[in-house]
Amino acid sequence: MKVVYERPESLLDVPFTYCPGCTHGIIHRMVADTLDDLGIRERTIGVSPVGCSVFAYEFFNCDMVAAAHGRAPAVATGIKRVHPDKIVFTYQGDGDLAAIGTAEIIHAAARGENITVIFANNVIYGMTGGQMAPTTLIGQKTDTTPYGRSVEANGHPIRVCELLSSLDGVAYLERVSTHDPKHVLKAQKAIKKAFQYQVDGKGFTLIELLSTCPSNWGMNPLDSLKWLEESMLPYYKPGVYKDIG
Amino acid sequence: MSNKVLMKGNEAIGEAAITAGCRHFFGYPITPQSELPAYLSKHMPKVGGVFLQAESEVAAINMVYGAAAAGARVLTSSSSPGISLKQEGISYLASSELPAVICNVMRAGPGLGTIQPAQADYFQAVKGGGHGDYHNIVLAPESVQEIIDHVRLGFDLSDKYLNPAMILLDGALGQMMEPVDFGDYKPELQEKPWAATGCKGRKMNAITSIHIDPRDMEAHNIKLQEKYSKIRESEQKCEEWMLEDAEIMVVAYGLCARICKSAIRVCREKGIKVGLFRLISLWPFPEKKLDKAIDKVKEVFVVELSAGQMIEDVKLVDNGRKPITFHGRMGGMTPSVEDISDRIELIHDRITQKVG
Repeated sequence: MKVVYERPESLLDVPFTYCPGCTHGIIHRMVADTLDDLGIRERTIGVSPVGCSVFAYEFFNCDMVAAAHGRAPAVATGIKRVHPDKIVFTYQGDGDLAAIGTAEIIHAAARGENITVIFANNVIYGMTGGQMAPTTLIGQKTDTTPYGRSVEANGHPIRVCELLSSLDGVAYLERVSTHDPKHVLKAQKAIKKAFQYQVDGKGFTLIELLSTCPSNWGMNPLDSLKWLEESMLPYYKPGVYKDIG
Repeated sequence: MSNKVLMKGNEAIGEAAITAGCRHFFGYPITPQSELPAYLSKHMPKVGGVFLQAESEVAAINMVYGAAAAGARVLTSSSSPGISLKQEGISYLASSELPAVICNVMRAGPGLGTIQPAQADYFQAVKGGGHGDYHNIVLAPESVQEIIDHVRLGFDLSDKYLNPAMILLDGALGQMMEPVDFGDYKPELQEKPWAATGCKGRKMNAITSIHIDPRDMEAHNIKLQEKYSKIRESEQKCEEWMLEDAEIMVVAYGLCARICKSAIRVCREKGIKVGLFRLISLWPFPEKKLDKAIDKVKEVFVVELSAGQMIEDVKLVDNGRKPITFHGRMGGMTPSVEDISDRIELIHDRITQKVG
C-alpha cells in the first residue's frame, strides 16, 4: 500500500494534548515538516514557553528546553551563543511573547539573534483559563474583560510584526493565518523560509500565526475558524512585514 | 617563581572564570560589580568566548539557563537588587538541575539601598532565594586570592552536583586590590550527555522544570533533597583560626572575617583567648565542625554586615548550649577593628567576672 500521509520524523509518536479544534496541532505539524524537509532535526534545539504549548517538548522529536514565562528568546540566545552552528527556535504564545516577554523578544530581535520564533497568536491566555492577552481585540469578552476589552481600561492590542519591523536586526517577519487550507499552505511556506534564513545565517526571523482557542473563546472549532477570519484578520493583517531577501 | 599579579576582586572573578574553562558570560550593569563585565568584555573575545550584555538581569539569568542547558560552563554576576531579579531563573536552574555560577557582589538594601558593602543577602543566598524547596551551593571568599579559588570550585561543584553555585562576596571585596597567583590550573571539564546539543545519533533530550503530576513533582523534590543531603555530607567548608585554646569563638565570613581576624590579633596580644570560626561554604552550612567547636568554648560572638541572619544558623547548631552575642552593622557601614576588639574584651571581662 502506498503511503500518502505520515507523521513527520520531527514529531514524537504521541497524541497531542491540545483541546479539540485548537490550531497548535497544525502549527506543530508545520514546524515538524519544515525540520524534516530541511534535514535539520538532528541539529535543532527548540525552546518551549509557558502557556498551552508548555508541553511542546513532549511532541517535538528534537532537543528541547523549557523556558520560564516570556523568557524563551533569552534562553534561545544562550543556546545559540553556545552552539552558533545549531538551529534554534522558540515556540511562544501571545501572552508569553507580547506581555511578560516583551523585553526579551524586542531585544533578541534588536540583536539580530539568528533564531526563529514561532509565534501563535490566539488573542487570549489559554492555559490559565481565558484571560485578556495583550493581543485581545477591543470589545472581546474574556475571563478578565467580562464586559469586553475597553480602550479606556486596557489600552490597545499590540501588533507584534508591526512593532518589530522597525528593528534593524530583523531579517524576516511574516503574519500568516491557520483558518483555512489556503492560508495554512502559505503559513507552511513562511515557516520554511524563516528556518532557511536561519540556516543561511541571515538573522532574526519570526512567523506570527493567527490561531484559535475554541475552549476559551466559547465556540465550536468551525465557528472559531470563522471568528478568526472575520474578527482577527481585519486587525492583524496577514503579510510580510520585513524581508531582507 | 611566584607569578603574582595585582588585581581587583571583581576582575579576579572574570579571570578565574576564564581559567576554569568558562567561555560564556551574560550580565546587566550594576554597581559595585561593574569591573567584572568590563574585564570579561575585553578578555572573553581573546579566548573565543562570549560576553553578552543583556537587556535586564531577568534576561541575563535566562540566557544563563539556555547556555547551561546547551552544556556550557556559564557565569553571571550582579549585585543585590539585580540578584533579586534573577531569583526566578535560579529556581528554574535548580529544578532543571543545570550548572551555573552566579556572583553576588553584595551591596546594602533593602530596596535600591546603597552601593557600599553588606552581607544582608545571606538568607536569600542560603535558604533558596526563589520559590520552591531548593538550595544554591554558596561560597564566601575572604580575599581576592580566595575569590579565584571559589570561582573555580564553584564551577566544579556546580558541574558535579548539577546545581547552581553562588559566590557571595561584598562590594569591598569586589573593589579591593590584592596580589594574587592564578597558578598552573587546568579545569576538568565533564561530559554532559544530558545537554541540549542537537540529537544526532541519540534520542532527543528535554530539559524542563515542569512535572505536572504531583506524584512526579514530589518524586522530583525527593530526588533534589537527596542530592542536597549528599552536598551537606561532603562539601562543608570552614576555617578554624586560633581556636585551639579559645574561650571565645567569633563566627564570621567574608570581609567581616578579615576584620575579625585583625581584632582577634589585638585581643590575643592582651592575653584574651579568642579565635575565629570562618564559614567558607555558607550552604552547606559547616555545622559538623561548628558543632564540635562550640563544645570547646565558653561563648560565641557572631559578627555580620546585617541585622543578624547567619546567626540564626549558628543558633540552630548551638541549640542553647552556649551563650551567643551579636554585633552587626547595616546599610553599607562596616565595623572597625576596634569596634570588634572592644566587644571581645567586654565578653572576656564578663566571662572572667571582672564586671557584672
